[in-house]
Amino acid sequence: MINPVQPYPCKILDVHKESVHEWTFRVATDAKVAHGQFMQLSIPMIGEAPISVSAQGDGWLEFTIRNVGKVTNVIFEKTAGDTLFLRGPYGKGWPVDQFRGKHMVVITGGTGLAPVRSMLNAFAAGPGLVKDVTLICGFKNEEGIVFHKELEEWKNKFTTIYALDNDVKENWRTGMVTAFVKEIPFDQWGDDYAVVVVGPPPMMKFTGLELLKCGAKVENIWMSFERKMSCAVGKCGHCRIDEVYVCLDGPVFPYSVARDLVD
Amino acid sequence: MSYILNTQQADKVLGTLAEKYAVYAPKRFVNQGRYSATDSIRYDKVSSASEIVWQVKSDYPAKEVINPIQQAIFYFTEDEYRASKVKEQPVLIFARPCDINAQKIQARIFAGNGGFTDLYYARMRERVKFILMDCNGGDDTCFCVSMGSNAVDEGDYSAAVKFSDGGMEVKVTDPELEPFFAGCDSCDFAPEFVTENELKVEVPDLSDKEVRLALKKHPMWKEYDARCVSCGACTVACSTCTCFTTRDVIYGDNPEVGERRRVTASCQIAGFDQMAGQREFRSTAGDRMRYKVLHKFHDYKARFGERHMCVGCGRCTHRCPELISISATVNKVSAAVAEIKADLGKA
Repeated sequence: MINPVQPYPCKILDVHKESVHEWTFRVATDAKVAHGQFMQLSIPMIGEAPISVSAQGDGWLEFTIRNVGKVTNVIFEKTAGDTLFLRGPYGKGWPVDQFRGKHMVVITGGTGLAPVRSMLNAFAAGPGLVKDVTLICGFKNEEGIVFHKELEEWKNKFTTIYALDNDVKENWRTGMVTAFVKEIPFDQWGDDYAVVVVGPPPMMKFTGLELLKCGAKVENIWMSFERKMSCAVGKCGHCRIDEVYVCLDGPVFPYSVARDLVD
Repeated sequence: MSYILNTQQADKVLGTLAEKYAVYAPKRFVNQGRYSATDSIRYDKVSSASEIVWQVKSDYPAKEVINPIQQAIFYFTEDEYRASKVKEQPVLIFARPCDINAQKIQARIFAGNGGFTDLYYARMRERVKFILMDCNGGDDTCFCVSMGSNAVDEGDYSAAVKFSDGGMEVKVTDPELEPFFAGCDSCDFAPEFVTENELKVEVPDLSDKEVRLALKKHPMWKEYDARCVSCGACTVACSTCTCFTTRDVIYGDNPEVGERRRVTASCQIAGFDQMAGQREFRSTAGDRMRYKVLHKFHDYKARFGERHMCVGCGRCTHRCPELISISATVNKVSAAVAEIKADLGKA
């Protein structure tokens, strides 16, 4: 009998400090992960945490982690050469096939950029995949900015709006991401676009409402959720909302489903 | 075949069964009840018929045998994970129809949801045979008939038993159990099921999304902010609740050795949905009650079809220290739904 919660050991290849509290861990593994899926990171004697895959390459995956809990605090003590245990990948990622050939809009709040990073890198590497990309990234303040290098690269490939909630930064805008949604030319795109939104729950709620106000259609919007999990395989019940399990049916949900979910 | 046994014969047969099987049945734990000089009735190993409490419903469900309140799922040695092992001995569980039906519900979650089968549940469940215990009608918290879980099919059990002060009558349906009753007098016993409870529950139709969304905002849930103390006793006593959490434990003074434990969790206890460094989604007792009640009487069925996630055993009502009745709650939901439907012109 297969044990779906059995973790396996993986070597940490590199630790990159994105910001004070958010570090990216590159881990050696051959796991094949779809954009937007997550894995369970496991440490014996400590516990497990679901973390989305923030980048992938030949024989490695990256996880961008904020040290806010019991497990992530211990992960932050690890360095290249140390072992991390993984299991997964789990859940449903971004429906990239449905995005093919369309105008793509990506709106993120804070570390919400991590679950879309690998997809954005794929869009940047293969320009034919989607028609074009409009990327709106918001961060609370300058210390919260992650993926500096990629943010610079994406400026050359996508239409970008980078913003800090309250702070001022050169060539950056100031304000919540919701303030910039009206600049997206939905009226010029007919039905030929797709929007993905990831961030803290209030940010996703208000961005969804603003998108509808600006003419985006419900069926063209997707969101990625984050919830507490123990098992990640639909047994423990922590991530259930109504009749869906975030670990099985999500973390990516069509907005038509996401907007009616009540925790 | 059906057999009739006096108390000595019943004790003897149970003793022989206990040599081959781990036999679990409701047992009385004297002075271990909630109040002074009260008993607790819960599942435990038995080796004689006289240990089995059949006169009243057990305080805690049969699920504890298959899905214990805590179990080690991995043992750690330095950085190796070893899955815990299971005892090979086959298991017999004496259970009423509600408890047997509850396992059909648990199985949909543990062995199938999302295409994943939980090793720890499945390896235990496959070793279990049920012995159906005749239900004498339960008590004033039972509403199994309303939930359609008052009866089971013959394929759901290996034998059916009706206990009495003079012994027991048995109908054996599993040939593997036949030899244990060799030499006993035959009779024409056949199990009967409760056909009416004193308590009746009207489960509301929540198929309309607009009605459901309005129900979630209905003021009825606020009442539980004051009444419910979020202790989780209802979910521990529930025949069907499956939720758990994992907890890593280090043994004594050696930080290199320990285990990962699966521990029963409750959606009624604060923190159930709280992620590290974030706020709870359901921060009030009313929110948590709404979440539980809608899972039991809508969400589970919406996902898995067939039936609701409540078998009407009434144990949650029985255990609630604040005297919150699940049946009264569901009837309140029905009243709220009728009111909402009238407001929305959907009556």
